[in-house]
Amino acid sequence: MLSFRWNRVTGAGKLWLRIRRNWQLYVLLALPLLWLVVFRYAPMYGAQIAFRQYSPAFGIEGSPWVGLANFERFFNSPKFEPVIVNTLVLSFYSLIAGFPIPIILALSLNQVKARMFRSSVQMITYAPHFISTVVIVGMLFQFLHPRVGFTASLAQLLEQSPPNWMGDPGAFRHIFVWSGIWQEMGFSAIIYLAVLSTVDPALHEAAVVDGANRLQRIRYIDIPGLMPTAMVLLVLSTGRVLEVAFEKVYLMQSPLNLGVAEVINTYVYKVGLLSPILDFSYSTAIGLLKGIVGLLLLIAVNNAARRLTDNSVW
Amino acid sequence: MASMTSYESNINKVNESAVDRIFMMGNTAFLSIITIIILLPLIFIVAASFSSAEAVIAGRVTLWPVDFSLLGYETIFEHKKVWNGFANSLFYTFFGTIFNVFMTIIAAYPLSRQDLIGRRFITFAFIFTMMFSGGLIPTYMVVRDLGLLNTRWAMILPTGIGPFNLLITITFFRSTIPPELIEAARIDGASDFRTFRSVILPLARPIIAVLTLFYAVNTHWNTYFQALIYLKDQELFPLQIVLREILIQNSIDASMLIDIEDLVAREGLRELLKYSLIVVASVPVMIIYPFVQRHFVKGMMIGSVK
Repeated sequence: MLSFRWNRVTGAGKLWLRIRRNWQLYVLLALPLLWLVVFRYAPMYGAQIAFRQYSPAFGIEGSPWVGLANFERFFNSPKFEPVIVNTLVLSFYSLIAGFPIPIILALSLNQVKARMFRSSVQMITYAPHFISTVVIVGMLFQFLHPRVGFTASLAQLLEQSPPNWMGDPGAFRHIFVWSGIWQEMGFSAIIYLAVLSTVDPALHEAAVVDGANRLQRIRYIDIPGLMPTAMVLLVLSTGRVLEVAFEKVYLMQSPLNLGVAEVINTYVYKVGLLSPILDFSYSTAIGLLKGIVGLLLLIAVNNAARRLTDNSVW
Repeated sequence: MASMTSYESNINKVNESAVDRIFMMGNTAFLSIITIIILLPLIFIVAASFSSAEAVIAGRVTLWPVDFSLLGYETIFEHKKVWNGFANSLFYTFFGTIFNVFMTIIAAYPLSRQDLIGRRFITFAFIFTMMFSGGLIPTYMVVRDLGLLNTRWAMILPTGIGPFNLLITITFFRSTIPPELIEAARIDGASDFRTFRSVILPLARPIIAVLTLFYAVNTHWNTYFQALIYLKDQELFPLQIVLREILIQNSIDASMLIDIEDLVAREGLRELLKYSLIVVASVPVMIIYPFVQRHFVKGMMIGSVK
């Protein structure tokens, strides 16, 4: 009955009928859409206070326009350069050091045939992913504590003076990046392991017949098989270089390391919600700038990836 | 001639497996070293947590408890703030996850239907929030204007739908539910609501398991930042905020340490307490995770198909 009517109608009528036919699906979607508008798109509308001098008395639409004044203030601020530099250094250091390690781990795990060994290694390397950021940073403080930490005990055993890495601004970036790798390398390897399991076994069999050893098979079969996924993930993380693992940076900050540990997101938070004079407009302007540059960056790296390798996110 | 070839290929095989055998030994060694690197800090924390305060403060603990003691744990168990945080975290995780999973499923099913007009646009509207957001302050202002500040709602409502989780759920529905099945239900006279309830939901069980874990662990149990900006009232603090106060900001109720007069011992207990707290805070997830690990892996794999 329905399908009979379906065939007869055309054009706009057909479209309307298709919408009406699925009205219950739109009812299902209503609540999620309402949520999306309120909690995700209303803030985008509110971001216009970046161009105003927001005061609670006047509200979002009532506050006076100030053009780009808030942005100019950030560009001229002495904080501008260090905050941008810290963000980029921390991001690219994480990216460059953290990108190849899960791939190597996956390639290596993929070679293991002993199931017990393989699943134990997987289980153990995934585990730190499930530890919360607060606990990870707490562990860092304890592990590297100059008096009660593991490094202190070790130094004592070796009759050396214990290092105080957590208090050393020069060590901040290394600790941040390598503890991140420690925490995530196992879990990040999952995707690569999944891709490796889809590599056609016939390729490996043919390579074995041709006399290729394991290293050569990794080099000529496994790695090319991983490339598309690796490219997509690289694009995604390059597009997010302005974000950094902000929650962790904030926890690791101390008055000593602030010179290298203040990043865009922590600065936005402090200006907006922590400083004695809360400056919503200024904070929003910095955040908006970061958001727009980040979006442009994501589009740019994606286009570059598409042109260079035929792999892209969209 | 034929025998010659097979002889050659045999030689080849022997050589090849010799190279491979060395490679495999290196590979096993490499993985063992990685495993040890992962385990070392964990073992140290657990060892220190079971040591005496004196051993901890003297820096004598490495990988085995020194002067075995449960003092750290006893002190933790008396700490009301920690338990209050635990209870709050359970509350936020439980109700928050139900809300997240519900919203994600009812959004993902319509969006997975090829015949839904506007599905591309709406899906994009969700995905776009992964790439761009209004920012910290504008989001804070929305939560404030809705009157959610310093209420339990602030920990639940803003989390809503994670775009990545929505994507994997849409992918799941597309790849596991054939359009013919939906068509068949329609021919049998089922409305879309009925189909959703009686056909889709029972088939969605695996993805519901994945979503539950992703949201419970990543969105609720392990996060602190939402609570940091939206909550002022100590009574509402989740565990992670309490942990931050003790582990990072080093603020511990003086009353916890009052019985101890010796300054060094007091300092020792302060540190010992942290080790025990790290263990106590991580144990729930660590115990559950080996059993649910495959769901996480499954979720990541659905995600990688996209």
